[in-house]
Amino acid sequence: MAPELLLAGVIATALVLYTLTAGADFGGGVWALFARGPRAEDERRVIGRAIAPIWEANHVWLILVIVLLFVGFPRAFAAITTALHIPLTLMLMGVVLRGSAFTFNAYDPKRGDGARRWSRVFAVSSLLTPVALGVTLGAVSGGFVPDPATGLVGTDFLRQWLGPYPFAVGLFTLALFVFLAAVYLVDEAEDPELKALFRRRALVSGGLCGVTALLAYVAAEGGAPQIREGLQGSSWALPLHLATGLAAVVALGALWTARDRLAKLAAMAQGALIVAGWCFAQYPYIAVPGYTIVGEAAPPDVLWPVLIALALGAVLLVPTLAYLFVVFKVRPAPAGEDDGH
Amino acid sequence: MTDLFAARAQMAFSLGFHIIFAVVGVAMPLLMVIAEHLYRRSGDPEYLELAKRWSKGAAIMFAVGAVSGTVLSFELGLLWPTFMAYAGPIIGMPFSLEGFAFFFEAIFLGIYLYGWERVGPRAHLAAGVLVLLSGSASALFVVCANGWMNTPAGYSMVGGELVSVDLWAAMWNPAALVEGLHMLTASFAAVGFAVAGIHAAMLLRGARRSFHSRALAIALSVGGVFAFLSPLTGDLAAQQVAELQPLKLAAMEGLWEDEAGAPLLIGGLPDEEAEVTRYGIELPYALSLLATHDPHAEIRGIKSFPAEERPPIAVTHIAFQIMVACGTAMMLLAGFAGIQALRRRPIAAQPRLLRALVLASPLGVIAIEAGWTVTEVGRQPWIIYGVMRTAEAVTPMPGLIVPFTGFMVLYGVLGIAVVVLLRRQVFAAEPGPLVPPEAAGEAAGKAAGATAGEAAAVRGTDRGTDRGTDQGTARGAADGVLRQPSSEVDHGA
Repeated sequence: MAPELLLAGVIATALVLYTLTAGADFGGGVWALFARGPRAEDERRVIGRAIAPIWEANHVWLILVIVLLFVGFPRAFAAITTALHIPLTLMLMGVVLRGSAFTFNAYDPKRGDGARRWSRVFAVSSLLTPVALGVTLGAVSGGFVPDPATGLVGTDFLRQWLGPYPFAVGLFTLALFVFLAAVYLVDEAEDPELKALFRRRALVSGGLCGVTALLAYVAAEGGAPQIREGLQGSSWALPLHLATGLAAVVALGALWTARDRLAKLAAMAQGALIVAGWCFAQYPYIAVPGYTIVGEAAPPDVLWPVLIALALGAVLLVPTLAYLFVVFKVRPAPAGEDDGH
Repeated sequence: MTDLFAARAQMAFSLGFHIIFAVVGVAMPLLMVIAEHLYRRSGDPEYLELAKRWSKGAAIMFAVGAVSGTVLSFELGLLWPTFMAYAGPIIGMPFSLEGFAFFFEAIFLGIYLYGWERVGPRAHLAAGVLVLLSGSASALFVVCANGWMNTPAGYSMVGGELVSVDLWAAMWNPAALVEGLHMLTASFAAVGFAVAGIHAAMLLRGARRSFHSRALAIALSVGGVFAFLSPLTGDLAAQQVAELQPLKLAAMEGLWEDEAGAPLLIGGLPDEEAEVTRYGIELPYALSLLATHDPHAEIRGIKSFPAEERPPIAVTHIAFQIMVACGTAMMLLAGFAGIQALRRRPIAAQPRLLRALVLASPLGVIAIEAGWTVTEVGRQPWIIYGVMRTAEAVTPMPGLIVPFTGFMVLYGVLGIAVVVLLRRQVFAAEPGPLVPPEAAGEAAGKAAGATAGEAAAVRGTDRGTDRGTDQGTARGAADGVLRQPSSEVDHGA
């Protein structure tokens, strides 16, 4: 197999894993924004506990995506970071605020106004960052053509991303992250009242996922015809839609009937299929239509050593990550563990 | 402000901000692991408390380090797309490996910070060691990439197209290892001194002596050892600069004329118009000796290079002087403290030494910032030394002053928040009202007169009473979030 396709596959996989892990961390922050009423503090505590030990590790998938993009497809990376300077900068500020505010809130020994303000910043940045991320993902689906005079991407720094389609993808991304978080939280909350609360939220946000997906699909007609075509006409389109639809139905059904582990697995499958479907629709482009996987690939004497390093790294990484999730997500919490962070 | 200048300023500011948190992330695990190991060996609960309190402070620094590092990896493309389109693949190996190292660091950090009751004692300590190893590896890999910008190697280009790359040779370019080692030793020295300074300040305020003297001993040992190692790794780096970046060396030294048996200049103010450096003190032959280990070697001066290839001389020279001055002060202080320790004079009982340690607390961080200024400003006007100019690499995006200002404000707010929080953490866990400094000085003075054995005995009784007050007052001082020291003992044992 061509090394550039393998590397593109690794990037797509990292993007899927980022969605399923870090995406849900952002979604959790959004639910903290909606925490109201007498149980608000408990709600925020459950969310904080779910995120605290793992968010930094989950965040690394994004770094991996960005690094592999510039290692494997340097000119496409330069084109994306040039044309999407504005949404990427906004996303970065969101990333910085979210991570810092979460930690500042968790580690403030004085549970006063300061901590509350950071909790608020955490929640708001958790809401805005996925939208900015979605906008950038939506934007690479059209309008990327190198300027023959300079060799750089032709851009006025707005037109690639300032349109209905990228923002529809932004909203869809947000809805998906929020849905994943709610489904995970149903499984992780121990208190029956909170479980029921997150279950309602999971069902509502599951519906929102459907609505925003439809919105993005409609907007794609003008904004990303390549994606629309891929999702309609390709040989993989029908099985993909069926599988995604099945996962969605199973997830919602399992939520409704309180089979929480099954709901979690089905929601993860749904999220993975959505991101994978987007990647398939994007194929063979990195940025449509001027930057292809094959055309932009770094030489094989870069790609192969990096792929080998990735393979060796994965041998160590997979069991280590599994250990992290077993310690914090599978094993029951030890009695008397403080839940401050 | 031109866009190029705004881009450089944003990059410099982002890097300067991130580095502080990055070095804490690299070095703090060593202090935590030592404290936890001492607890496991001795059963002394104050070491456990120390490991936990340090890890709480480190958690804040880690989080800000992780997100500000993410900003940098994007900024490479946001600000320098042409550089990345050219160099991205060539420096791909260190960045890919850094990605993995960061993964392991984040995973084991999660286990270390939140797993005290979830994994066994050995697994917990091992997690700490792995945070330490992966953090150091991660720093080394990133510096390898920076090394390549200074001494590019391992690739060939024909007509702007990459024709062949030797990723391994590019990663282990001539500057990589020496620069990386210097950065690592400097990190441990800087963090050791910074932490030692905090505990010295607490001792001066009369805070619980048994606890803070243990903390001071660990931090100062680490800081002190590495304060001696840093000049050694710096010497390696300087020789490498002398060989491959002679103009940078001349700028560091403010040396304008070619000279055999060149003197080392201490201080001095380079005048770039008149092309002289004034007011410095010259140490004869010392520059030739240090740079090449031959006192009569010829060193090239700035004037032998064309003006359009020169970096800002004054900034490079002054930054270098600041770095060396800070490093020297740290080494002298470490040496003095080491002698005191060898003569069994408890450092906690010497208010003057404690005050010096408080003053020295920021020196390591200042030295690191100054050192990076030397490396980066001294490389100008090149982004890849001798290959690509910084001006060619900058993004065509207009109005770069806006994101620059945005990040300035954002990082300014975060910086203040971190300082406020760390102060709160230091004081929140402090049982009881603090004794005013004068009284503490008196008590310390008395203890200074005591022999080592007596001092140890005093420390022992101190601890007894301190544990007593813990039960009463700590509960009121530290609320919900912070674990009580007394309950920690139960969990740990």
